[in-house]
Amino acid sequence: MELISNAPIGPIEKSWETHKFGLKLVNPANKRKFKIIVVGSGLAGGAAAASLGELGYNVHCFCFQDSPRRAHSIAAQGGINAAKNYHNDGDSVYRLFYDTVKGGDFRAREANVYRLAQVSVNIIDQCVAQGVPFAREYGGLLDNRSFGGAQVSRTFYARGQTGQQLLLGAYQALERQIGLGAVKMYPRTEMLDVIVIDGKARGIVTRSLNDGKVEVHFGDAVVLATGGYGNVYYLSTNAKGCNVTAIWRAYKRGALFANPCYTQIHPTCIPVAGDYQSKLTLMSESLRNDGRIWVPQQAGDKRNPASIPEGERDYYLERRYPSFGNLVPRDIASRAAKAECDAGRGVGETGLGVYLDFSDCIKRLGQQKIVERYGNLFEMYERITGENPYEVPMRIYPAIHYTMGGLWVDYNLMSTIPGLFVLGEANFSDHGANRLGASALMQGLADGYFIIPYTIGNYLANTKSENFSEDAPAAKEAVANVTAITKKLLNANGKRTVDSYHRELGKIVWEYCGMARTAAGLTKAASMIAELREDFWKNVRVLGANEEFNQSLEKAGRVADFFELGELMCIDALNRNESCGGHFREEYQTPEGEAMRDDANYSYVAAWGFQGAGRPASLTKEPLAFNYVKPSQRSYK
Amino acid sequence: MKLTLHVWRQKNARDRGRMVRYEVPGVNEHMSFLEMLDVLNERLIEKGDDPIAFDHDCREGICGMCGMMINGKAHGGFKGTTVCQLHMRHFKDGDEIYLEPWRAAAFPVIKDLAVDRLAFDRIIAAGGFISVPTGSAPDGNAIPVRKQDADLAMDAAACIGCGACVAACPNSAAALFVGAKISHLAHLPQGQAERDRRALAMVRQMNREGFANCGNIGECEAACPKQIKLEVIAQSNADYIKAAFTERSETATGGAG
Repeated sequence: MELISNAPIGPIEKSWETHKFGLKLVNPANKRKFKIIVVGSGLAGGAAAASLGELGYNVHCFCFQDSPRRAHSIAAQGGINAAKNYHNDGDSVYRLFYDTVKGGDFRAREANVYRLAQVSVNIIDQCVAQGVPFAREYGGLLDNRSFGGAQVSRTFYARGQTGQQLLLGAYQALERQIGLGAVKMYPRTEMLDVIVIDGKARGIVTRSLNDGKVEVHFGDAVVLATGGYGNVYYLSTNAKGCNVTAIWRAYKRGALFANPCYTQIHPTCIPVAGDYQSKLTLMSESLRNDGRIWVPQQAGDKRNPASIPEGERDYYLERRYPSFGNLVPRDIASRAAKAECDAGRGVGETGLGVYLDFSDCIKRLGQQKIVERYGNLFEMYERITGENPYEVPMRIYPAIHYTMGGLWVDYNLMSTIPGLFVLGEANFSDHGANRLGASALMQGLADGYFIIPYTIGNYLANTKSENFSEDAPAAKEAVANVTAITKKLLNANGKRTVDSYHRELGKIVWEYCGMARTAAGLTKAASMIAELREDFWKNVRVLGANEEFNQSLEKAGRVADFFELGELMCIDALNRNESCGGHFREEYQTPEGEAMRDDANYSYVAAWGFQGAGRPASLTKEPLAFNYVKPSQRSYK
Repeated sequence: MKLTLHVWRQKNARDRGRMVRYEVPGVNEHMSFLEMLDVLNERLIEKGDDPIAFDHDCREGICGMCGMMINGKAHGGFKGTTVCQLHMRHFKDGDEIYLEPWRAAAFPVIKDLAVDRLAFDRIIAAGGFISVPTGSAPDGNAIPVRKQDADLAMDAAACIGCGACVAACPNSAAALFVGAKISHLAHLPQGQAERDRRALAMVRQMNREGFANCGNIGECEAACPKQIKLEVIAQSNADYIKAAFTERSETATGGAG
């Protein structure tokens, strides 16, 4: 199979404009006849469902939560980037494009990234008009901050709840369409399979989480906006329900899965406290703007932080990266924290933590300013740890936060199954090997508001709408597949709980396919996962029945898919004999311990294809060309 | 520490339901309340007993999916805290804790502690938005917004739609939830065009959903994990009354085209 990106050629500044003009349109009178299925209701899915409903399509939207407003986009704290240059500080579409390609360590598709930077400015306008209460200056204009390693102030924010406010904007637009009858919403409904007829995505199979009812929904196109797969690690900053199931089942129907090993570790999370821990809480990395990160110079120094004198502290990021200091990109900050802890200088009971200290900043600006900037984050920290960060430095440790990999899509956001589109974190497209801060919200909304409404029309205009019956063999087969998985889980009747398996799987993936990876470790992990997966199917205990509200059954299906994904992540990481972005192979580093890319051999997207149970996945490569941003060794010194 | 829980168990909406007692030894003070329930559920599954159903998702106090009555108080009654962010250090060895679902006719029980809050979505669908189709927005800085207004809008917009206000209210009123959205959008210049319609539509939908009237008791404000203030109710009452008095039937004549 050859992967055709459909990325326009010609001057990049004009490519989206030209491409849009080349896309076929659907006659307004015909739009209602096309039924579009949208799975997921976060920034990407919610924005897509609302925008497609506004255009006049017949939209059916699904989410597993009790309301579309719960989608995990809601938890993003820091902000959203846009190349507005409102601050006259040298920002531009080109610079945002440049920063994103470089930040992604030259593993993203240039044309996609350029388009993302272009539409970023429209997103802010749209959100302001919807009533998103962005932070304002006294003059009434929008406030910005510099964020996550950017040297310009291009991040828009709404206190520490930017994701919440953007999501509520999209949710309100979606509810408006629901009220108008343009969108039909299916909450507490989980997608469990894709129906592919004659090579095209023609529908999905869902299970109602209220009563277990399995249903077939046909559509002229299917849009997956189901988020990332960080919960493969069990402990992550994702919500408990985040899962890979929708995109994984699509993978098993023929969609290629790109770069599964590109996962992002966020450097500023609250450290793990004990075995019962169910998730990790992120502290916005905007904290790194004012907090200083340090550890004691002496390994094993267990003194209380206040009694460690200045001269015996190591502000290791400021020391190693004088120009970026505490604002180096996420992967660098995370690995540096791990290195300090591995060397025995970690702090806190477990030794898995570093200090994030605000005392200098409080001295300089006064406590009131800090309350204004980070009040809610400080409160949250205190609520969770019982420690007051105005008095004692915070303790932080990296945790899994975002997954750059996902289903492969072309420039139109269409997967390798025609008619199956993938948006937001669920696709692989824009962040390369590492995502910059405040870019996830941007991508989700770009895909949902400003890209899919154009590209899906082109597909529909070229596709005949057809009516299918539930007796169609592909539909029957998909329903049988879903029912069989459920039965198998309920009938295993073993001894161990789903969570205990998930926790064990997570530990393996974190240990061997987390912040730093080696060929030996990955090989070992792949076989450990395979072994544990076999045991899972024999020995898992899922109580109750399908025909009821059964949370263990929901989890079991998701964990079953995480097992398969975990193995593929290891295989992908093993294949990529280089270090880039969030993927750090210990064998490939510079003498200073920085990631060493191998552009000659690995400047490609690794897209994996399902070849049947028990058979190795196939690898297809999409070569990457860099005509504008010349690959260079990232340096943040 | 060792706790005794009394948990409302109800198989489905049709079941009568009952309180069931559970002993939970070995609770660590750093656990969150939901992690304590996870531990109990793991033990129940190992014994072959049906685990307790409860809604939750983000576990960082922002998605609004979790919520239950703890000893008669929504989310446990700790200031500005959802149950997922409530930690066991607030309890002590030997405590007896009573857990019940949100109680309100408009929030039917699905199972155990999980309830159906779709009524909230329908209220938003009725009018809790600004009508601005994608692509039709002017530049973000075209309309300045006073910082104070933006801040007040943000205060109200912080609502997570968890339903604690309804559960805490002796009348099961949804006035705080509805007021929060009306107040959020009323403070912004972008929200003015539909201000009257919004207030009328949202309040009418609220009444249709079976939420009772606000009695100005203020339990909702005390229970709100996002500390939404009662003044949002005053704002929505004012907007509703003004809109109701000036309401005229919508007139539109056919276009010439």
